[in-house]
Amino acid sequence: MEKIGAVLVIGGGIAGIQSALDLAESGYKVYVTEKTTGIGGVMAQLDKTFPTNDCSMCILSPKLVEAGRHPNIELLINANILKLDGEAGNFKLNILRKALFINSEKCTGCGICGQECPVESIDIYNEHMVINSAAFVKYPQSVPLVFSINKDMCIGCGICQAVCKAHAVEYFQQDEEININVGAIILAPGFDEFDPAPLQVYGYGKYPNVVSSIEFERILSASGPYSGMVLRPSDGDIPEKVAFLQCIGSRDVHHAKPYCSSVCCMYTAKEAVIAKEHQHQVNPTIFSMDIRAYGKDFDKYIIRAQDEYGIRYIRSRISSIEENPRNNNLILNYESEDGSLISEEYNMVVLSVGLNPPDDAIKLSKIFGFELNEYNFCKTDHFTPSKTSKSGIFVCGAFAAPKDIPESVIQASASAAHANILLHSARNSLVTKKVYPPEINVEGQAPRIGIFVCHCGTNIGGYVDVPSVVEYAKNLENVEYAEDNLYTCSADTQIKIVETIKEHNLNRVIVASCTPRTHEPLFQETIREAGLNPYLFEMANIRDQCSWVHMHVPIAATDKSKDLVRMAVSKANKIEPLQRTILDMNHNVLVIGGGISGLSAALGFAEQGFMTYLVEKTTELGGHAKNIHASIEGNNVQEFLSNIIEKANKNENLKIFLESEIDTIEGFVGNFETKLKSSENKENDEGTLEHGIIVVATGGEQYQPTEYLYSKDPRVVTQIDFEKMLFESKFDEKVNKIVMIQCIGSRNEKNPYCSRVCCAEAIKNSIKLKDLYPEKEVIVLFRDIRTYGLKEKYYREARSKGVMFLRFEEDLPPELEKEGENLVIHVDSPNIGKVDLELDLLVLSVGIHPPYESNEKMAPMLKVPLNDDKFFLEAHVKLRPVDFATAGIFVCGLAHSPRSIDESIMQANAVVSRASTYLSKDEIEAEGIIATVDISKCSGCGLCIETCAYNAITMDEEKMVVEINSGLCKGCGACVSSCRGLAIDLLGYTDEEIYLVINEFK
Amino acid sequence: MEDTEKTEEIQVIAPTDKVTDENWEPKIIAFLCNWCSYAGADLAGVSRIQYPPNVRVVRVPCSGRINPLFILKSLQVGWDSVLVSGCHPGDCHYISGNYYARRKFSVLDDLFEFMGIDKGRVNFSWVSAAEGAAFANIIEKVTEKTRKLGPNRLFKEL
Repeated sequence: MEKIGAVLVIGGGIAGIQSALDLAESGYKVYVTEKTTGIGGVMAQLDKTFPTNDCSMCILSPKLVEAGRHPNIELLINANILKLDGEAGNFKLNILRKALFINSEKCTGCGICGQECPVESIDIYNEHMVINSAAFVKYPQSVPLVFSINKDMCIGCGICQAVCKAHAVEYFQQDEEININVGAIILAPGFDEFDPAPLQVYGYGKYPNVVSSIEFERILSASGPYSGMVLRPSDGDIPEKVAFLQCIGSRDVHHAKPYCSSVCCMYTAKEAVIAKEHQHQVNPTIFSMDIRAYGKDFDKYIIRAQDEYGIRYIRSRISSIEENPRNNNLILNYESEDGSLISEEYNMVVLSVGLNPPDDAIKLSKIFGFELNEYNFCKTDHFTPSKTSKSGIFVCGAFAAPKDIPESVIQASASAAHANILLHSARNSLVTKKVYPPEINVEGQAPRIGIFVCHCGTNIGGYVDVPSVVEYAKNLENVEYAEDNLYTCSADTQIKIVETIKEHNLNRVIVASCTPRTHEPLFQETIREAGLNPYLFEMANIRDQCSWVHMHVPIAATDKSKDLVRMAVSKANKIEPLQRTILDMNHNVLVIGGGISGLSAALGFAEQGFMTYLVEKTTELGGHAKNIHASIEGNNVQEFLSNIIEKANKNENLKIFLESEIDTIEGFVGNFETKLKSSENKENDEGTLEHGIIVVATGGEQYQPTEYLYSKDPRVVTQIDFEKMLFESKFDEKVNKIVMIQCIGSRNEKNPYCSRVCCAEAIKNSIKLKDLYPEKEVIVLFRDIRTYGLKEKYYREARSKGVMFLRFEEDLPPELEKEGENLVIHVDSPNIGKVDLELDLLVLSVGIHPPYESNEKMAPMLKVPLNDDKFFLEAHVKLRPVDFATAGIFVCGLAHSPRSIDESIMQANAVVSRASTYLSKDEIEAEGIIATVDISKCSGCGLCIETCAYNAITMDEEKMVVEINSGLCKGCGACVSSCRGLAIDLLGYTDEEIYLVINEFK
Repeated sequence: MEDTEKTEEIQVIAPTDKVTDENWEPKIIAFLCNWCSYAGADLAGVSRIQYPPNVRVVRVPCSGRINPLFILKSLQVGWDSVLVSGCHPGDCHYISGNYYARRKFSVLDDLFEFMGIDKGRVNFSWVSAAEGAAFANIIEKVTEKTRKLGPNRLFKEL
């Protein structure tokens, strides 16, 4: 069977976009279907993201634009899948593209139709809190930026058709069926928010000041209904007392939502913090059962929310809300932890709604033939967490289980890795590589500038006197040609630009129109077609930053347009062609660490045919997993481990180095050279390994407790010891009373992070014990039970089997005392006060630590950073969770942060896909806009080396001058403005160019 | 620093009979980083938020690219005030560029104070890609402030 080098991604949220970008960059044609009219998903609706409070749109929109303009990605918006045929490697799909009633080829996104449309329609993006028109775009930054008509609301008045200068309105457009052929399918349909309306007890939909968390997110957004002011819907007052109610539609057996939604604890903390930041009068209170801050740096965020922002946490689950009809305030009655009944009045209530499977989950499973789990999320296996039950169909994001953005992005890349492994033989077979005419050498030529000024229908022309701008431009220095266009971006104008360049021998081109952020690549492509270097191009933004914001002052807007064009001409007179450096790409991979993460990653590369070197410092593969018998779900870890080790040993593309460590690493992406040494510090005779990629999978360590008489009394053990007793039938049956203590070596002053796996581990072992010996007594002493996601089921199972859970506060930890030969533990619990528990066995749930010493040694060697806790720090917490800022180096598993086996495998898979975006190429093209150094001016002070976030600058110790690696430079220019000797300049934004623009003051 | 005392001081240093030119409109040069502030300015446009037409934008990749000399040069050639805007601290597309920018500008601020240059002519802000209204608001404020300060003759006279 012929394999097809194309992939279909279902869903254009952040997960789908990440999968699509990974695969498009790895040599596959990618189709993305999106059921709404724009990609971006829920992330586009968010104001900020935890735990860094990054602006969601700021980090998302570059990805949207990249997906929108990628030559190998085809976005099919407003589309549904009708039918699937074929099998893994070769699927045939029938897709319905519903009519937009606006021709997306012709629509320029100018928005005049929406402005003139007389019909009011609801705005789904703003969660119905804002009025939109029937001719609409999903949101202003939407990709693709095309309008559509909501036919349910449209009255057919014809105004939009009359005002659309692009003639894009097509009232009689029909739905269209298309057929595509792909090798693999990635499901990323996301989730639906739980709808709290049917739960009448909270008055959602009835009381105006009860809103859902996603509505509150829009309220917080600067582009939301109240422009970022925190106001309550009933009267527009600033709510001083805001209550957040957790677990609405989560951990709720009565409403068939028994699982934990994983993200609500954190997004609520974020919403509370941001609300307080926006309006200092707001005092948030969060009602929750547990605080599940299990991710990297999450606990620190919660601590800050409490200590710095004064967010109040109350451990209680609110069962109903009443409204005070006089002031629309809301009365909450709740039982505090010690059992007393309290009634409080709040100005506003936010329901932290859970994540549901998407409403079309069942339909999708039927069309595609994959299985769903008991909650209607996509069913996956513990050891293949991104594969569905059907071969060739993979899954990522919240559709596999509720998860946050970084976990979704990780899984997006993981599912892309599976597609890579399946289809690598068909790589590069369907991608289009555009051939451009040879570049005209313009060196030494006097600038001959051509200027195209856009009317953008009436968007510019309605406010700016475009013809006068053209006349003005004609008289500027070295301007050979100037004209105006109705739409400079339209397809026919592109042809005209190419012809004009040839006809007038233009060697610099300026377009005065909209924003370069969206349109520069298009025009750069056009001038390339005319044989010009793409950097011989400038833009003047006379729409988004001129005509649209000065609509009432046309003369001033025209003057400003002239200034902006003059400034562009001034720069265009100096710009030079830039070359993108081409670097060779070595296709070998070095994986450091032979645990489950390292093994999974190494196999992912080897199975694609890439030579992989796996370096392990101990005598055998397997890492920490050697001590784990089963997952909480009951999967056999040892069987999986021996299988994967056998596979690794057999794979001829995989070379394993045991008892070896890294001695030195030199080089950069595509060109690394590594020397190994044996663990006893002996010289390794392997010589130098050459490779293009590095994967850090160096793992973590178990905390060695010093508390609770551990190692002094044999009756005190760790969960790992206990697991061994249970699974290897070494349990002493005389032991009747077992106590477990959580958070040993985690969430304390020294190690402020949560180790993430210990709650599930304790519950797993408790259930195992109860299954073996139902009469034995187990008490788990905890601070929060963090069985996030679908693991919540086992927390419930443990309780139903009689495992007891007792909470303690951080500052009142349980105390162990030896009374004669007996062990007694004193607990002061907020639930029941002080109790003394006799016990036969104390099990400590010890945390995961980074291997401090080796991480401190490895990080400078790789030139990558560690975080405060000494785990490796990724390039971006949200959107680049397994990349380092330094290109070509990746991280997975416990080296990144504590995580379970399935999560480590997912990360290892993700690394495979991220690295494949490099490995799929024979050479990599660096950016043209990069820093260069004039060594005659460089004093070798090294300040720029410190400044560079990408480790692109090194010192030539012999000449005492710096060198900039053009492959690593990202073109930010931080080094340029830090250079005291003015030895560094940024190509494309040189000092000279910027001074010329500044000099254009008139 | 739009206190009137300083404004007078400038007029003392740069006495000229053309200061109260009736047609005078402030001209402001704005250096915006590509990823946040420039995107925020675009969003103001997409949202059709109106602000005074006195600003001319220079796009740079990152606020870290902005050399303090750009600011001095701008004042020297006659721009009435300068606005520098980057991503919010922590949001930098290039990881840390805006922190470098922030440090440089705080030093520059001190330098202005030392030199007796009116600080109100140089403005720093952080605008995200979602803050179209905030961008418009800043332009509004900077324009008003500059209008009060009057034309920038200081460097010209020097």
